[in-house]
Amino acid sequence: MLGIFASIIDGVLVGLVYGLSAMGLTLIWGVMDVINLTHGTMIVAGMFALYFLVSALGLPPYFALPPVLIGGFLVGVLLYWIAVHRMVGRPALMSLLSTFAVNLVLIGVGTGVWGTALFNVAVSLPGVSIDRYTFPGAHILAAALAALIAAALYFFLHRTRLGKAVRAVADNREAAELVGIPTTRVLALSVGFGVALAGVSGMLIGTLFPFTVLSGDGYQLKGFVVTVLGGFGNPVGALMGGVALGLLEGAVTPFVPVSWTLVIEFVLFVLVLIAFPGGVFARRGVM
Amino acid sequence: MSLNLLRRPFFWIITLVIAVFAISPLIGNDVQLRESLALAAVYITLASNLNLMLGYAGYINFGSIVFFGLGGYICIWLVNAQGWPLGLSLLAAGVGVSTLALIFGLGILRLRGAFFALSTIGVVEAVQAFVQNFEPWGGSAGIYLSGQVFQPLGGPARALWVIYFMMVAVMGLSLYLSYAIKTSKFGLGLLAIGQNEDAAAILGVPTPRYKALVYSVSAFLPAIAGGLYFFKSAFIQPADAFDLSLSTEALVVAMLGGQGTVTGVALGAYLYEELRGYLLVSETFSHFQLVIAGVLLLVIVLFFPSGLMGFIYSRFPRLQKVLE
Repeated sequence: MLGIFASIIDGVLVGLVYGLSAMGLTLIWGVMDVINLTHGTMIVAGMFALYFLVSALGLPPYFALPPVLIGGFLVGVLLYWIAVHRMVGRPALMSLLSTFAVNLVLIGVGTGVWGTALFNVAVSLPGVSIDRYTFPGAHILAAALAALIAAALYFFLHRTRLGKAVRAVADNREAAELVGIPTTRVLALSVGFGVALAGVSGMLIGTLFPFTVLSGDGYQLKGFVVTVLGGFGNPVGALMGGVALGLLEGAVTPFVPVSWTLVIEFVLFVLVLIAFPGGVFARRGVM
Repeated sequence: MSLNLLRRPFFWIITLVIAVFAISPLIGNDVQLRESLALAAVYITLASNLNLMLGYAGYINFGSIVFFGLGGYICIWLVNAQGWPLGLSLLAAGVGVSTLALIFGLGILRLRGAFFALSTIGVVEAVQAFVQNFEPWGGSAGIYLSGQVFQPLGGPARALWVIYFMMVAVMGLSLYLSYAIKTSKFGLGLLAIGQNEDAAAILGVPTPRYKALVYSVSAFLPAIAGGLYFFKSAFIQPADAFDLSLSTEALVVAMLGGQGTVTGVALGAYLYEELRGYLLVSETFSHFQLVIAGVLLLVIVLFFPSGLMGFIYSRFPRLQKVLE
């Protein structure tokens, strides 16, 4: 009995990181109705950044966080100008295709250079033991960092001028433009934040599990599940959706082979979309 | 309707294309040309059927490869483990995959636009996970066919020709199907959905049913093509059957030629196959096939969203009446 309980707690810890990743997805989605299909690959980029910062520069793993955050932001702004800028306001089909195309290029370069070899970053942190079960220190620290960054994003969106501008643009782009908000710059910034969040969550996941160039697909699918659980364009909901997904994974893992987890999550994705088109944790006017 | 089709010039243009595909490698017994045309035929089949969703109804299906791969698996399994003849196995693959697509389509028919596209990504992951864990289909090792299976077709050398003609036939059927649907009431409904789904529903187009139906129809011929493709290589495994690049290339091809047109998609498939053949010869490019497909797709989406046919129509407006 305690085994399931431990598995669920561990699931929630990892779920917080999924939630952080989904916040990046949902931010872009909410602000400009663009679904970023490079999300999974940006997560992988965060993992690889971690790997090279740790193995090449010898940095302690968690010191990779600031460079990944900044690098992710710059990559995101670049992504906006390459693939998203011309697509804003056009049918969703077109931005899906354009981000999909960029993703192909990234995946193609990634598999061309690194193949599909498995990479691993060893993190040794003392765990916390309860009875016979030990919660790995890396899981606890990753969850804490994810919660901290999520709180910072919430503070940014609700308490700062720029954050309020982001929410205004999400709410009504034309009205925001009329009151003098430089909407294009805000859109570019939002993609920057979205990708930075993807990169950082990838970096955190990289401290937990081994990864390949193609790992992104699974995490991206989890991101979509979390996003629909949390309601589109709702960062707080996304974090709660992440916790819910982690809870589910934790509860299911002891009974089901790992390779089926994605199938279960996908079924959940479709069911949630049909049952709660607005998201389970949706609240009006959060963003 | 069928008599009407016979009177249209476009019907005969398709027939001519099929004839060229069937006859040209026979001249001089050109095996190399046959192989290159076989691949073009597979591209045309996949892209034309994808176009039913993408170009007509305006729905992106990122998972079209699932039809191809599942069709391949069903056919190979029936031939190998059950000893069915090829023709019957192919038919079973087509019907089986179409039925699955219809059931699934009815399940997700409430999803619209981007959500539908996202769920098709999920389908790929789910089906792949299923096949990798399904022991009768060999799990991740796949199924190998013995050379014996080619005997009923008159030995391996002759079998390759028979398979080629069958592939061309499937390609031809795909083109006729695209054309027939485009000129039908069903096609008109799909085009209406593509333009404005709400308006279409208000005007009485049964949108959920049409979407599920077109999803199912677009599964039939790719499943058969998958059966032929993997029967030809006498071997199937999950990594090949659900290869991301083929599904992507079908999208690139449809966009390159011009989504929603019949000619454009066929033209795009042929051009892409030629380009690919040219690039694969070079050592540097062969590793970066996805990169090239990605760059091509990005350029088309950003700057030429109506593709080659858009360009041709704007130059020669009168062609619009002949070339669908």
